[in-house]
Amino acid sequence: MAKVTIPIGPQHPALKEPECFIVTLDGERISHMDMRLGYNHRGVEKACEARTYVQDIYLIERVCGICSHSHSTCFVQAVEEIAGLQIPPRATYIRTLVAELERIHSHLLWLGVAGHEIGFDTLLMYTWRDREAVMDIFAALTGNRVNYGMNTLGGVRRDFTKEQLAEVLKVVDICEERTKYYIEVCTQEPTLINRLTGVGTLSHEDAMRLGTVGPTGRASAVDKDVRRDDPYLAYKDLSFKVIIDNHNDVFGRAVVRVLELMESYKLIREIIAKMPDGPVTVKAPRKIQAGEAFSRYEAPRGEDTHYVKANGTDKPERVRVRAPTMANLQSVAKMLENNNLADVPIAIAAIDPCFSCTDRMIGIRRGRGTGNSMRWDDLRNYGVKWYRKQGIDFTDLNRKLAKKQE
Amino acid sequence: MSALFAIFVFPGFLFLSFLGTAVEYIDRKLYARMQNRIGPPWFQPYADLIKLAAKEDLIPEEANPTMFKIMPVIAMTAVLTAFLHIPLWNSTPLIALDGSVVIIVYLLTIPTLTFFLGGWHSASLYSMIGAVRALTQLFAYEVPLLLSILAPALLAHTWSISEMSEFYSKNPLYALTNSIGFIVAMIALQGKLERIPFDMPEAETEIVGGTFTEYSGRLLAMFRLAIDMETVVGASLIAAVFLPFGLHFGPAVGFALYLVKILGILLLLALLRTVTARLRIEQMVIFCWKYLAPAALIQILLSLTLNWIVK
Repeated sequence: MAKVTIPIGPQHPALKEPECFIVTLDGERISHMDMRLGYNHRGVEKACEARTYVQDIYLIERVCGICSHSHSTCFVQAVEEIAGLQIPPRATYIRTLVAELERIHSHLLWLGVAGHEIGFDTLLMYTWRDREAVMDIFAALTGNRVNYGMNTLGGVRRDFTKEQLAEVLKVVDICEERTKYYIEVCTQEPTLINRLTGVGTLSHEDAMRLGTVGPTGRASAVDKDVRRDDPYLAYKDLSFKVIIDNHNDVFGRAVVRVLELMESYKLIREIIAKMPDGPVTVKAPRKIQAGEAFSRYEAPRGEDTHYVKANGTDKPERVRVRAPTMANLQSVAKMLENNNLADVPIAIAAIDPCFSCTDRMIGIRRGRGTGNSMRWDDLRNYGVKWYRKQGIDFTDLNRKLAKKQE
Repeated sequence: MSALFAIFVFPGFLFLSFLGTAVEYIDRKLYARMQNRIGPPWFQPYADLIKLAAKEDLIPEEANPTMFKIMPVIAMTAVLTAFLHIPLWNSTPLIALDGSVVIIVYLLTIPTLTFFLGGWHSASLYSMIGAVRALTQLFAYEVPLLLSILAPALLAHTWSISEMSEFYSKNPLYALTNSIGFIVAMIALQGKLERIPFDMPEAETEIVGGTFTEYSGRLLAMFRLAIDMETVVGASLIAAVFLPFGLHFGPAVGFALYLVKILGILLLLALLRTVTARLRIEQMVIFCWKYLAPAALIQILLSLTLNWIVK
């Protein structure tokens, strides 16, 4: 077979979100890979500037469906820093508890997706069943399964009762037992190991150079974890181990994630044991004084950073979100060098990508700032003309449609 | 008239397609239950087939329409023809020929070839990669399958499957010596049916639908029915060669026993599918040539030694 170029995406069963990987193949081997971003741009950053801080929390929470708490906490932290708000200790502990529960459901989800990508659907069904326990406890605690809406400026919106926390401990026990089983599966099942070891190799040097974060980096012995390096929330008072692995491949990334799950269970028990009493929120001003802040947060997928610039009104002047996938995406091309086509889905999935969080739009202006800007109507007319040139004309159809509607 | 009845109704096309869909349902249900799911209702395979048959057949502009259309038909015909050669509840198949073992193995190769040709002539990138994988896989599992069936034939001194069944039902202890061959044949059958862990030709997360990416409507329904039938035929072949027990209790008991054998084989195939991840194509070729083919050779050696001792 000669060299062929096949597109994986924007619509492809392996990808959960639209993204395009153009793979040039030499037989089954990849000789070149090209990436296209931008199919899922939603303009969240710009939309934030038109809303008040409280409204922004809801918007930012919807940046990602899995790490919704990560993004909203990261944003709220930045705003609180500008406003100089000290949030009550019980609120920090509740935020930390939700954060760790989120890590559990995100990692279990990843394990299932990874299983599906290599055709091991049984693992998918098992992990997602166990993940339901975490989702249900989220529904019981916060009222929602995905976007919890826990954060507000100056604290959290709900307090947890003792009974609820006891329920959490029960769920943690169930999940811990199941995770022990998954650790066994991941490290002993021969077909699984065959498919994961030596796939998507990323050396320590490359991982450092490309700036990988989170489990992707930690599987290449990049010893970085914001929770330990730059403690936020309640992590300063909690003891946990940062899981490092030096397999450098997808297998290592799986090992890091399942072992991190075990750390999360320990953390949750500690959080609940140490949970202080007191109020869960302080009053926050509607207008935030001028200033800027940069906030870091260890999301399940890696380091998430938010930058907020305030100008003294009730709306931010600039919000910048850098999701962990943005930092890790560059490494995918490196990982896939000289790999098989069969390994593309699992190598991409191994960074736990979240493309809609990552997509940004960049406008390139030619010359001295006199860009090609188009109004909506111009753009529409341009589109109609372009299609007419291709021989596709919708004018008659449009007229008929308009008549029908009348 | 009776010949037409045999070909089209029993034990021919209608019976085989009914059995094939039933087997598909049981397989899906077993797979689902083992994965902690509820699984489909009993009519799901029929619903799928009816839905597909009601849809439009889309043929890609670049594709070769004749080849594209004819391949599902050939796949089904080949499988059906192979079925007529296999004894079910007694030791006499509908068509008893000398050397029927070779004929059956040959006929069972044709569906894979039609997958290749159908995929290749779809002129789509995903289909082509799937087609090449299907063919690569064929070279990996076909030899172990043939070798594993060769060993019992050597022991029975015949190439006719009905005489083989006769021989083993008279000397059931001999059949037990073929257990290595049985395992090899089961794994090779899994490869032939393109099921996990050997489903690289249609690995959905890698190459969308593989060989069947461009197929739709009735043509896809035919391909799917052919695969269902192939499952039954493959299981029947293994049952006839490796499990020739209880062939002399009359048609009713024999038929019930036949169904039990098929279900047992299906259970093992579904179990293999549940507990494994998909291999890469080169891992599969290495596995087949490094472990499966030598295992089949050991079985042949065993049969030859046994022949020599008994003589």
